[in-house]
Amino acid sequence: MEALVASAVGILTAAGIFLILRRRTFPVILGLSLITYAVNVFLFATGRLALDAPAVLNKYEDVPYTDPLPQALVLTAIVISFGMTAVIVMIALSAYLSSKDDHIDMTAQDSVDAPGEDA
Amino acid sequence: MNHWIVAPIVLPAILAPFIIMVLRYHLDLQRIFSVAGVVGLLGIALTITAQASGGDIQVYELGNWPAPFGIVMVLDRLSAMMVLLTALLALPIVLYAIASGWDERGKHFHALFHFQLMGVCGAFLTGDAFNLFVFFEVLLIASYGLMTHGGGAVRLKAGVQYVAYNLLGSTLFLFALGTLYGVTGTLNMADMAVRVAELPADDTALLRVGAVLLLLVFCIKAAVLPLHFWLPASYANAPLPVAALFAIMTKVGAYSILRMYTLGFGPEVEATQGLVGAWLQPAALVTLAVGVIGILGTQHIARMVAFCAIASMGTLLIAISLFTETATAAALYYIYHSTLATALLFLVADLVMERQGGSIEPKTPMPQSGLISALFFVGAIALAGMPPLSGFIGKLLVLDASRDAPDANAIWAVVLIGSFVTIVGLARAGSLIFWKSHDAEHNPAPEEDEEAPALPAPELNAGLAFTSVFGLVLGLVMLTLFAGPALNYAGKTAEQLFTPEHYISAVLGGEE
Repeated sequence: MEALVASAVGILTAAGIFLILRRRTFPVILGLSLITYAVNVFLFATGRLALDAPAVLNKYEDVPYTDPLPQALVLTAIVISFGMTAVIVMIALSAYLSSKDDHIDMTAQDSVDAPGEDA
Repeated sequence: MNHWIVAPIVLPAILAPFIIMVLRYHLDLQRIFSVAGVVGLLGIALTITAQASGGDIQVYELGNWPAPFGIVMVLDRLSAMMVLLTALLALPIVLYAIASGWDERGKHFHALFHFQLMGVCGAFLTGDAFNLFVFFEVLLIASYGLMTHGGGAVRLKAGVQYVAYNLLGSTLFLFALGTLYGVTGTLNMADMAVRVAELPADDTALLRVGAVLLLLVFCIKAAVLPLHFWLPASYANAPLPVAALFAIMTKVGAYSILRMYTLGFGPEVEATQGLVGAWLQPAALVTLAVGVIGILGTQHIARMVAFCAIASMGTLLIAISLFTETATAAALYYIYHSTLATALLFLVADLVMERQGGSIEPKTPMPQSGLISALFFVGAIALAGMPPLSGFIGKLLVLDASRDAPDANAIWAVVLIGSFVTIVGLARAGSLIFWKSHDAEHNPAPEEDEEAPALPAPELNAGLAFTSVFGLVLGLVMLTLFAGPALNYAGKTAEQLFTPEHYISAVLGGEE
């Protein structure tokens, strides 16, 4: 169980970092998504892994339970990363449509142009 | 409970949706409400600063949940002075954005502006590490909107880089928080400080990993080398009034370093002793060096000011990385100075770019060039750290505080040579833009005829624009004139930071 979760986090992160280092925006965004999945799984593990245990205390009998806080954290993290991914997709799309180029680097042409000038 | 504490977050949080939903088609009303909101924020900030200056640490328990279980807002001297700085910075910038017409070049400027203020104030006030992450996201998502405000291919491309970099930073933040939660079992900063101190000495490997990961995240926000790559392109391509507001964002990183590494992982905690200073100080020195080289090397005025921001973060973090009381007091004074001075120079750069474009080369003279060059001169003096403005006092304090540090030689050398190179770089830019332009008038180059129609006469409310820029100058002058009281406050703040017991007992002891 531990090995499975750990390797899942590791593989997702490695694949994410590989994709982030690509030159076009689409793989970079995919890479960012993979890394956010990795961190979500990682956050689950921070409350220690427990199988078949509810996330609430049982005051009538002493049964195993799992830490509920990481689950709340993961929920927040999922919502935020989902929103952020939507934002970056929109910005990347409008950047692609306005410059006809989806490289993530600024080209030489971009840096010669006066920044901030819309003309 | 004292409800003033949460007011700096609630006010923009209500105002921003109100502007979007009710006033979205009424630019004039948006402007009125936006300015009124910032003035209100300033009033709130002054109130809570007055409350905090007594030295009491006040705690606001959200939903009345007691401290380690619920999220708390904590008001101490440091939070209060940072909220006040945010409000002081926001007022001239929002006035300038209105006067220069930047707010009508895209949609929802004022709403995003207030969301940004909400995130910044929240980050300064929260006493919970995960809540700090949430407020970071609030201020970041507003800043994405502000950075790409007005559109344009280059700005959107720079925006993609900025968002991708910060998204990665947020993910790293979550990894750091997860690690720290796994080790300490809490996310409340005060509670974490207690648990860290209780941790057995041979069980601290993961804690150190978490502490360094967290430092890395804050260094991304503070644009410390080698994590500064996002800053020049995004600040130079953002609308410059927005870049001026972003001057506070790098300070959020600096604030978080100060907060976490005096409270949770303070100098006396054995597990992380010397860990942060050992990494932060060389990085800060290199940041300053690269910042001033950037000032000298760049061909564009907005990029030059962005490198000024990096250089001033270098000086600030040198002071922070010493982790002594006097150095922290110096750093707190320098935070005020460098935020105002960087914002001032960004606004002056915008005045220049509106009139004759941004490249640093002689061109035809622009209207009001005398006034603008005087403002540029003031900003340059302040940023380079020359007398008589507050930059001189700030740098003097930093140098004085580092006198007994083991690397005092390196610090003095880098700061002094860095100041000199800054002077050279800013003087070069100033003389090319403002003095040489008169020569160009006598010998007009042929290319300028093509360029002239591309830059229409700026239609802006110049009076209000200059008033807001002069407001920032006034801030710097006041900071210089009242350096004594300001330093007194900063000294007491540093004292409060280095006795974290008060903070911990205020939060965990429960106020009522």
